[in-house]
Amino acid sequence: MALITAETLSKEYRTGEITVRALRDLSFEIEPASFVSFVGPSGSGKTTLLNLIGCLDKPTDGKLRVADTDVSSLGRKESAAFRGSHIGFIFQDFNLMPVLTVYENIEYPLLMVQSRPPAERKDQVEKLLEEVGMADQRNKYPDQISGGQKQRVAIARALVTNPELVLADEPTANLDSETAYAVIDLMKKMKADLGTTFIFSTHDQKIVGEAEIIYSLEDGRLKERKVMKEATHA
Amino acid sequence: MRDLFKIAIRNLLRYKRRTLLTASLITVGVVFVLVFISVSGSFKSMMIGQITDSMLGHIQVHRKGYVASIDNLPLNLNLRPPMMKKIEEVLGSEPRIESYSPRIKFGGMFSNFTETTNIRLNGVYPDRELKTVPLLPSRISDGKAAIEKGEIIIPVLLARGMGVKVGDSVVVIATNKDGSVNGKQFLVAGILESATGPGGRDGFIHIEDAMEVLRMTEMEVSEVAIRLKDFSKLAVVTDSLEGLLAGEVNKQGKPVFEVHNWEKLSPFYNIARMIDVMTLFIKLMLIAIVLISIMNVMLMAVYERIREIGTIAAIGTPPGKILSMFLIEGLCLGVLGAVIGSVLGVVLIQIINLSRFTFNFGQQTGLILSAAVKPLDLVVISVIVILVSVVASLQPAFKASRMEPITALRHV
Repeated sequence: MALITAETLSKEYRTGEITVRALRDLSFEIEPASFVSFVGPSGSGKTTLLNLIGCLDKPTDGKLRVADTDVSSLGRKESAAFRGSHIGFIFQDFNLMPVLTVYENIEYPLLMVQSRPPAERKDQVEKLLEEVGMADQRNKYPDQISGGQKQRVAIARALVTNPELVLADEPTANLDSETAYAVIDLMKKMKADLGTTFIFSTHDQKIVGEAEIIYSLEDGRLKERKVMKEATHA
Repeated sequence: MRDLFKIAIRNLLRYKRRTLLTASLITVGVVFVLVFISVSGSFKSMMIGQITDSMLGHIQVHRKGYVASIDNLPLNLNLRPPMMKKIEEVLGSEPRIESYSPRIKFGGMFSNFTETTNIRLNGVYPDRELKTVPLLPSRISDGKAAIEKGEIIIPVLLARGMGVKVGDSVVVIATNKDGSVNGKQFLVAGILESATGPGGRDGFIHIEDAMEVLRMTEMEVSEVAIRLKDFSKLAVVTDSLEGLLAGEVNKQGKPVFEVHNWEKLSPFYNIARMIDVMTLFIKLMLIAIVLISIMNVMLMAVYERIREIGTIAAIGTPPGKILSMFLIEGLCLGVLGAVIGSVLGVVLIQIINLSRFTFNFGQQTGLILSAAVKPLDLVVISVIVILVSVVASLQPAFKASRMEPITALRHV
């Protein structure tokens, strides 16, 4: 059964008198444990689509099911609860809490969103700190670590609740090539280890090839679906 | 909850200078209010003490209608012996009363054999009067307060005006309620300062001398002044006495007695009320300071952290928790300002007391300011500051909790 099912999904924005059709009749399915990228130029609708899948926004038309839930009908609180239990987010600018340490940033969703007991939180955070190679940086604050390290912490934070789906909007845009590949490798490793579905958007052609399935978007339409066999970088 | 406090405190420490400035503003406000309350409270207590303990007593009982014509000192509205007996029964049954003093008040002519003027006289039992108004001796500028029969205490302005000194002989002439005029010679035993400033014309004689001057065959008292063991029970005891004496009615079914506490007898009660009103306005100013400063700083905090709010909302933080985060920040600021302000306020009040500032009230000079803040005031001020801090944070916190994550994440 598909993790995500979109049927004739559309999204329109009104800016004054002008109506912008950001997404037009998109239909696709994404299976569990996939490594998927949405590519396309700026304004093609990548971020809008990720926002819809991530329950941050609602479609104007069409149906969208994520983890067997019709997310277009969720209310504000239900959306927050759904995101907290099913979806992890990785942001282009990392978006770590500056007042929390590396350890505390990773622990945050377990503590503030899922209210898990301390022992369970500790086990899970320790495990992920090791997985992302940040165990020795646990007590540092975000302004004391590099961009690549910040994104590792962000990946750990996104995965700490064991979500079925992680959404990453341009996760490598603020990183150099080497660090970008390292981050993508880490995401692939985590997908392999945990069986989590990763969906990321990018316009970086080098990174695009790292996905197993690539959806190309243009002017809000799905232009192409390409299945890749292996990673392209050495 | 502990973690919410941790995040809130770290966010406050993140903008140290701003937090310090806001907390300082609240601190200054709290210190100012505490010092004002303690100093004005001290002045008010001293003023009330001077009026009640050297002149009025805490409560007075009169025959119905007497207070309305008190300027005339109407002898026909004095309390007859059966009435006085009833009052004494009631006062004897009230354990919160420390002492009471019956007074015969009348107006008369005062002569030093060469000049004559008018005088208001209080016939009292000296020992009972001194128990009821214990600060009376402090008003005696010359001579003694504990008069004996045949002696008189006269007001200072009258003594100066008439050139009368302690030890001089004077004559008091008065008309009794039947219109009969009588006179009696007295020896001046003391000179009395006015409690409330120039103009006082009240003198004191022994109650039996008053009866003699007025040709009373049985004692008819004008008023009974009462002193309580605990002044804070004033309203309760007044109500209690009113209740106990309300049952006494005349043939027309109207009450025989009237009970008044000092608040209804002295115009200085309005000054005390003004001090209370000023204190209220000072408290309102503090509330405004806290409200505006906290709301300002919390609004800034929300606008500066829009992307952070978007992030935590996106990863599923419930809106209630986001609201709590900002409310707790405001709460912590309020607690910080209230605690530091209270400590500094108490220290400053101690410094004021050690400095022994003096002030004058009426004829009393060199009264030492004894500022004191009640623990209850400290608690009330602190609770007000903390509550207002939370209230001031409500709007910014609500704004943060209602923020759409998608909009917040786009914010630059």
